[in-house]
Amino acid sequence: MKKLLLGNEAVARGAYEAGVRVATAYPGTPSTEITENISKYDDIYTEWSPNEKVALEVAIGSAIAGGRSICSMKHVGLNVAADPLFTASYTGINAGLVIVVADDPGMHSSQNEQDSRYYALSARVPMLEPSDSKECKDFILRAFEMSENYDCPVILRLTTRIAHSRSIVETGEKQDIELNEYKKDTDKYVMMPAMARKRHVEVEKRMEFLTEYSHKTDLNEIILGSRDIGIITSGISYQYAREAFGNVSYLKLGMIYPISETLIRTFAKEVKKIFVIEELEPFIENIVKQYGIHVIGKDLLPRIGEFSSQILKENLYNKRCSDEEVLINQVIPPRPPVMCAGCPHRGMFYVLKKLKLTVSGDIGCYTLGALSPTDAMDTCICMGASIGVAHGMEKARGRSFSKKTVAILGDSTFIHSGITGLIDVVYNKGNSTVIILDNSITGMTGHQQNPSTGFTIKNEPTKKVDFVKLANAVGIERVRVTNPFDTSEFEKVLKEELAVDEPSVIISQSPCALLKHVKYDGPMKINKDKCKSCKMCLAIGCPAIVNKGDNTEINETMCIGCELCSDVCKFDCFERVGGKND
Amino acid sequence: MINLNIMLVGVGGQGTLLASRILGNVGLQDNNDVKVSEVHGMSQRGGSVVTYVKIGAKIYSPLIEKYEADIIIAFEQLEAMRWIGYLRENGKMIINTQKIDPMPVITGKMNYPDNIIKQIKNIYSNTVAVDALGIAKECGNIKSVNMVLLGCMAASVNVDKSIWINSMRDIIPDKYIDVNIKAFEAGYSL
Repeated sequence: MKKLLLGNEAVARGAYEAGVRVATAYPGTPSTEITENISKYDDIYTEWSPNEKVALEVAIGSAIAGGRSICSMKHVGLNVAADPLFTASYTGINAGLVIVVADDPGMHSSQNEQDSRYYALSARVPMLEPSDSKECKDFILRAFEMSENYDCPVILRLTTRIAHSRSIVETGEKQDIELNEYKKDTDKYVMMPAMARKRHVEVEKRMEFLTEYSHKTDLNEIILGSRDIGIITSGISYQYAREAFGNVSYLKLGMIYPISETLIRTFAKEVKKIFVIEELEPFIENIVKQYGIHVIGKDLLPRIGEFSSQILKENLYNKRCSDEEVLINQVIPPRPPVMCAGCPHRGMFYVLKKLKLTVSGDIGCYTLGALSPTDAMDTCICMGASIGVAHGMEKARGRSFSKKTVAILGDSTFIHSGITGLIDVVYNKGNSTVIILDNSITGMTGHQQNPSTGFTIKNEPTKKVDFVKLANAVGIERVRVTNPFDTSEFEKVLKEELAVDEPSVIISQSPCALLKHVKYDGPMKINKDKCKSCKMCLAIGCPAIVNKGDNTEINETMCIGCELCSDVCKFDCFERVGGKND
Repeated sequence: MINLNIMLVGVGGQGTLLASRILGNVGLQDNNDVKVSEVHGMSQRGGSVVTYVKIGAKIYSPLIEKYEADIIIAFEQLEAMRWIGYLRENGKMIINTQKIDPMPVITGKMNYPDNIIKQIKNIYSNTVAVDALGIAKECGNIKSVNMVLLGCMAASVNVDKSIWINSMRDIIPDKYIDVNIKAFEAGYSL
């Protein structure tokens, strides 16, 4: 059946057709929809794991036990999962193991644009890269075969424009794949030095076979057109190149690691001049150059951001689009992303800004608190970093500095990798004040359950982590639970915890406004007779409160009625639409 | 065979994604190739969003470049202005008259530009301004702004209306389908 699928949906379909038994992930843009879609297949066990390291370990376990397994993550997630990856490369697998990693050139929703292809190189595992949704599905099936034929994990690398573009996919039947027999094999699966030394030899042998395979596989394709220009490319860059260059010659790599020298030489003989077109790092380019072949790549093309066919034209044959023509000569205000109307984080940020605190931030919707008008964040490094960073600030600058410093992170982020940071604070006698923003869901990636919500990915009820007990158990004696919409109470609690000479955890508890069960009483309006135009309400940065010259107004189609504006207003101007004055 | 490059621009949360999916499905008729490029994640949170829909014999890049869009459906006035450079000569612009202030305007650092629709009409005579929010409200659900705009666009494309309705039925859950079809019809008959 012909369907228009997202790259991520096609990966999920591929996993189903490949007879996958276990699928694991931690959500992260642009990879989230892979596992969300796999979870719709009843016969695949699917889980949101607490983080990518655990996710990969679970997938390794199930592959060793004999079931085909898939583990998905965003590029930075592979940093977290790198530890098991490198050793799984040595142990190999029993049934197929595919790791899907989605890079984010251009950083649509990420803190860096690292190139995960280098993980394939350094972990010595093969990597495939599809160029549209059809290949997403096909390559997953091929990756499982390759994983089993060569006894190794296989990485499928996506980028945002592949993961989040829809194109046509022909769906097929589910393959009948039995569990492989499980046999204890300590030489293969217990990686102590003596065994690992032997396995490393196997890894290097495997690399030779894989390099040979890369020469003959139809995953790599030579498309001959005009011989004046030959383009070596892969993934989305192939599509941009086809559009920019049309009928020239292409070496389209579906398998981007390892790359066979024979294949490159075969192509190089056919063409006069070679461009290597790849986003981010010169990964393919450097491999080709190692073979002593002259190519043009990053000397003309940017290392930063996404490509497009226009960028290729401009950089490689200097053809400028006539974009110098300005159609409307007027300043267009930018529209950065904002926390939603009704977002529970907003009240907390209002207090943090008011108290002029140093805020060690983290990854989630609340990172938007760094932007104007809340401006209440000093650092954001990676998942879970807020606590360690705040602790480090205290150790460098002393207790007086930490009395004005907080670490903030969300419920899911805390579980991902905040817990160990908290243990460090207690163990090493820090005094950090840590605010866990418990909005009962993983927000930014679009509402995924996590170990603190009480539901699994398939929405089955399960046990939930009790943050209060957890904090107590690691040695935090002061744990406070408070509602961020009550800003004066929140401020009082925060001041008390900052003042005490011991670490504390404040749980800022209020569910995400976009959750279906969250209902407020409908939009507010401003009573113009009471309003003194002090504009205090604009300081909370709510997208539903509009600045109209001397006055402020409420956008009633956007306001959900959380009443935070009412809480910060000194003149009691906010009233419910449909209330007594209507 | 249809050959169309369409951009849907707006503010995260306005329903551009659903409209683009229906559009993409309609494009699948007659053995066309189709690519739809979406925005998910952080930029979706009330930020400026753009979705590209390309329909034709063979599509390579999922992105539409400057001056390549045949039609732009703008879900918000300022977003129409932001993306106007992508519309080809004599292209069609459909603008929802709704205004949503971005944060620099809310905080008073910048002004929301005046007379956007008039300025765009001066450049592109084939510009249609639609009070999609008002029409959606009349139809019974303000969230169906996207279907009003899609209906308005559908009326200018040579594809049978029943194909649009079928595509909506394929994608929209049963309990919301009636209000969405009503909104689509309202846009179609403008």
